[in-house]
Amino acid sequence: MDAQVETATRELSYAQAIQEAMAIAMERDERVFLMGEDIGVYGGAFQVTGDLVERFGPERVMDTPISELGGAGIAVGAAVTGMRPVFEFQFSDFATLAMEQIVNQAAKMRYMLGGAVSVPVVMRFPAGSGTGAAAQHSQSLEAWLGHVPGLKVIQPATPHDAKGLLLAAIEDPDPVMIFEHKLLYKMKGAVPEGYYTVPIGKADVRREGRDLTIVATSIMVHKALEAAETLSGEGIDIEVIDLRTIRPMDRQTVIESVRKTSRLMCVYEGVKTLGIGAEVSAMIAESEAFDYLDAPIVRLGGAETPIPYNPELEKATVPQVDGIVRAARDLVTGAR
Amino acid sequence: MSATARKSASKTEGANQPFIYRQFDQDKLRDALRKMYLIRQFEEGAEESYMRGLIHGTMHLSIGQEASAVGICLGLSDEDQITSTHRGHGHCIAKGADVSRMFAEFFGKTTGYCRGRGGSMHIADVSTGNLGANGIVGGGLPIAVGAALTAKKMKTGNVVVCFFGDGANNEGAFHEALNMAAIWKLPVVFVCENNGYGMSTSVARATAVPNIADRAAAYAMPGVIVNGNVVSDVAEAMHEASERARRGDGPTLIECKTYRYRGHSKSDRNRYRSKEEIEEWMTERDPIEAFEAELVEFGVIDAAGIEAIRADVAREIAAGIEFAKESPMPDVANLEKYVYTEQA
Ligand SMILES: Cc1ncc(C[n+]2csc(CCOP(=O)(O)OP(=O)(O)O)c2C)c(N)n1
Ligand SMILES: [Mg+2]
Repeated sequence: MDAQVETATRELSYAQAIQEAMAIAMERDERVFLMGEDIGVYGGAFQVTGDLVERFGPERVMDTPISELGGAGIAVGAAVTGMRPVFEFQFSDFATLAMEQIVNQAAKMRYMLGGAVSVPVVMRFPAGSGTGAAAQHSQSLEAWLGHVPGLKVIQPATPHDAKGLLLAAIEDPDPVMIFEHKLLYKMKGAVPEGYYTVPIGKADVRREGRDLTIVATSIMVHKALEAAETLSGEGIDIEVIDLRTIRPMDRQTVIESVRKTSRLMCVYEGVKTLGIGAEVSAMIAESEAFDYLDAPIVRLGGAETPIPYNPELEKATVPQVDGIVRAARDLVTGAR
Repeated sequence: MSATARKSASKTEGANQPFIYRQFDQDKLRDALRKMYLIRQFEEGAEESYMRGLIHGTMHLSIGQEASAVGICLGLSDEDQITSTHRGHGHCIAKGADVSRMFAEFFGKTTGYCRGRGGSMHIADVSTGNLGANGIVGGGLPIAVGAALTAKKMKTGNVVVCFFGDGANNEGAFHEALNMAAIWKLPVVFVCENNGYGMSTSVARATAVPNIADRAAAYAMPGVIVNGNVVSDVAEAMHEASERARRGDGPTLIECKTYRYRGHSKSDRNRYRSKEEIEEWMTERDPIEAFEAELVEFGVIDAAGIEAIRADVAREIAAGIEFAKESPMPDVANLEKYVYTEQA
């Protein structure tokens, strides 16, 4: 375990775990404060900040106007001058309004200034489909930001990691972008009490196996685990790696796994083309693990379409458990 | 126009001398003249080095706008911070940067302020409170407001100055930044250097209101228009704005009406303005000439003193260029350094 001062654990939801991390960070360090739209008395669009405003007051749980570009930029300016802001986007889709400050300013300021400053800002992005909110409130844009040197981009898949990675992000001297899948907010899991961190840049082998490596991110980790469970009944033994961080990527863990299993499948919700799966596949193709491959690499990603409103269409847009089961079976049995 | 603006328009009321002669001692005023020369000669030196192929890329010269940079920064300390623009050499020098390290940066050397990673468009000297020039029009506006939020939260008593151009006032970032600075009463002063054009597009063609300062009304802050070529007028408006900011009463928008002599950047053919217009500003309203004449009139300096400053600045510029030429180039092996903070 990555935990440093772990005490007892108990069940918390993913959202509660994030809220607890923010509270602990604010208690430990008075430079930490939260900014975002409706994060105060409203509690945030997904109730992640909840009642924190009652505990920490409106100065530290700051409601901003509906100003994503300005708000993100103010967080960057506060970070570069000594504060530790955690900026919540109401939906990850609204990162598109703030790209300037994220990509041109936060990511590059340290480099452009030759190391004279650091930008310890954290931005949180509720992401992903499955809520029926359609095309402009359901995207998975993590690969966009994963493409930008200077940013760190993480996708916690469990309540445990959501808390530990957020605490690590707040302490990190560089800009950390956290993509939180909205369907995970209510998911429960064991979360240690008190302070602990999960290291940024380290993948986690969630399940060991011999026949196939599945590299998954965020909610797809759970779908992959479910698929692996199903296939274990058929004697197929799958290793599931939760990437956790997409930049900087933990190449070593994936390479070692593929050397062992000789097969690779990537499962992620973002649009398949030019996405995380492309990067992981190319990384393996370029590595010493290439020689160990017994089959072509398979990517299961989001369809080449905006996220549709209709629930059946919406489900069909992103990988589902039965699709992962079929693709994994075919890959291992040589049907493809 | 706001109350503040009317007041600054009648600056000599009740006193014989313009603001800066009442506010600052003579050494400080001579130093202000020196800084204006330093900016102009730095930019002339940079321009020449560029022509000779010693500097690559492009650059945006602020020659003609020196009074605004110097007048704004006159009363600031190193702890007060600024965000700057693509036309930021003057701001950097006015805030106290060393021209040798600026030249070194332009030459791409390790001794440069950004260790050769930034160049002209990202010139910065964090040690004197300059958080950096910016390649994105309007990019510095939210960052300045964030720095002011830090000042308020940490109760530092510092003010943050946000320089931007007339073109930037049509970016969304301008409106978001001003609104949030106003609702949270942050200690920030927005300084629009209105030089009449954003590249080729005049203010009249690009902006719906006649003055950028008019937009302050939408954010319930004072909007002050000053002659940006007169050091004392700029400094006086800035003094009031920074007092207001330090009192906790919130931001001010100052519009400095000024003019750039050179083209927008190195690619400009000056097709959008007349020779006569440029001539007129250069001969009738040069900020350095005007300041010199005023300093002589008020007995702060004489012709010999001015000559001595010019010669001294010329030596500093020559030495700076020499330093830059002799400094080492960055090692390509360090290409990826400073992308992330090095951790032990
Ligand atoms: C977002 C953005 N759009 C366009 C540009 C290209 N550009 C650089 S400077 C400039 C003009 C800016 O005008 P103004 O704000 O008045 O500043 P000035 O150059 O007059 O000092 C333009 C269009 C840019 N750098 N960034
Ligand atoms: Mg302009």
